[in-house]
Amino acid sequence: MSFFNLIDQLDQNTNNANRENAINRRTALKQTGQMGMKLAAASLPFALAGMISPVEASAASVSVTDVLNYALTLEYLESAYYQTALDTSGLIPSSDVQIFQQIGKHENEHIAFLKSALGSDAISMPTFDFTANGNYQPFSDYATFLTLSQAFEDTGVRAYKGQADNLMSSGSTLQAALQIHSVEARHASEVRRLRNKKGWVVGAGDDSPNVPSAVYAGEDNITQGGVDVSTVTSVSSSVIAEAFDEPLTMDQVNAITGLFIKN
Amino acid sequence: MRNNDQQQTKENTDVTERTSSFQSMDRKNFLKWMGGAAVTTVFVAAGCDKHHSMTGSNAGGTAHLGSGDVGILNYAYALEQLEAAFYIKVMGNKFSVITSEETQIFTDLMNHEKAHRDFLKAALSSNAIMDLEFDFSSIDFSSRDSVLGTAQAFEDLGVSAYNGAGKLISNSDYLLIAGKIVSVEARHASAIRDLEMPQTTYFAGDDVINANGMDGALAPPKVLSTAGAYIKTEIDASQLPTG
Repeated sequence: MSFFNLIDQLDQNTNNANRENAINRRTALKQTGQMGMKLAAASLPFALAGMISPVEASAASVSVTDVLNYALTLEYLESAYYQTALDTSGLIPSSDVQIFQQIGKHENEHIAFLKSALGSDAISMPTFDFTANGNYQPFSDYATFLTLSQAFEDTGVRAYKGQADNLMSSGSTLQAALQIHSVEARHASEVRRLRNKKGWVVGAGDDSPNVPSAVYAGEDNITQGGVDVSTVTSVSSSVIAEAFDEPLTMDQVNAITGLFIKN
Repeated sequence: MRNNDQQQTKENTDVTERTSSFQSMDRKNFLKWMGGAAVTTVFVAAGCDKHHSMTGSNAGGTAHLGSGDVGILNYAYALEQLEAAFYIKVMGNKFSVITSEETQIFTDLMNHEKAHRDFLKAALSSNAIMDLEFDFSSIDFSSRDSVLGTAQAFEDLGVSAYNGAGKLISNSDYLLIAGKIVSVEARHASAIRDLEMPQTTYFAGDDVINANGMDGALAPPKVLSTAGAYIKTEIDASQLPTG
């Protein structure tokens, strides 16, 4: 496991061009039936070819370890939030208890998985303040509890999504992250629906002003892969915006979660 | 859940049977056998000596997905075509007990898949596979259970497909696009499951989420063999990355 991590670290420490070549070599080597067939940039669709990122001067900015610890922090937050709620007598109506038990169970399983993957590199659980310095009372008001639950789940989706490219050097880690990311999206959809909202994010103003605007900032976006999607479909712009979930950067997520972390 | 496991086993058996008989056929009989029937994905024979373009193409009436990232994008495009066509048919044949909430949900699902489909077609440009032909005759559109069960199967399958394809993508911009779509499919799956069994854990049930709290991830051949039950057009996935 540590040897494999070392290989990942070495890959991460190369610049993007080398990393891309390394991935292509690895991919090419695996395609045993296709020797002699190159993965040429010329074969890429015209519309997307212009999207290829120019070689960046800096090395890949975030290591796999950093990404996993970032994810672990989010999972700690969610797990502690749900555990506190489930332990608060009378907060969650009996009709909804099994829903939050299931969600909490998944967050605990995510913690276990991430800690196992990180080994001695795993950070420990921070101390949380789910009132965000007195701004919310999620454990005395169920509606507030649901609001923050939705915010945490939707932010979790955006957080994982924003780090996918930092995991490309390790296919198995990337896949695991994707498999967690889609579960957070299932959670988010369910919690939203408990609040009589759509399971999907409706735009940058979603749930305004109940949560920090940072939570849904950028969700109006309808330009995907350099394509203004409204020009290629009859679907309306607001619905196009629902159809694509947007990432957040690590800084953007930390600005949100930091409101709820004491140390 | 329900009949899906039995259905899955049957479909897998059908694929196995068809594949072994296919290998002993000559090309003329093979084409005849393929014509007109709902077919599962058939991989172009390993012995074929044609030089296949790695780009997507529609040569010979077959949807050649291509290789590399083009292949993966065409793979996604095929699945989005399937979902869009299904929801268009749902909305065109609404089951009698459909509620206004369900109508809104199915309208959104249809439009989301259309947006995904149309985006991928535009992005793939001349590399896009053709419009596929579908066979939904096994679905009873007048039955809420049949429609919701099929929707659930497609959405869960879509999630597993994107999750399994992520590591096969070389370009990080395409990976991000896949990421933006897969979470929406997961939201869909959760909502459909909630309609099927409200106030339960089914939205993210133990039938689909494993002991690590993880969703499915399937390789393209497995996804296409399941989806292939509904796709008439022959799909050539032989050049897709295998990871």
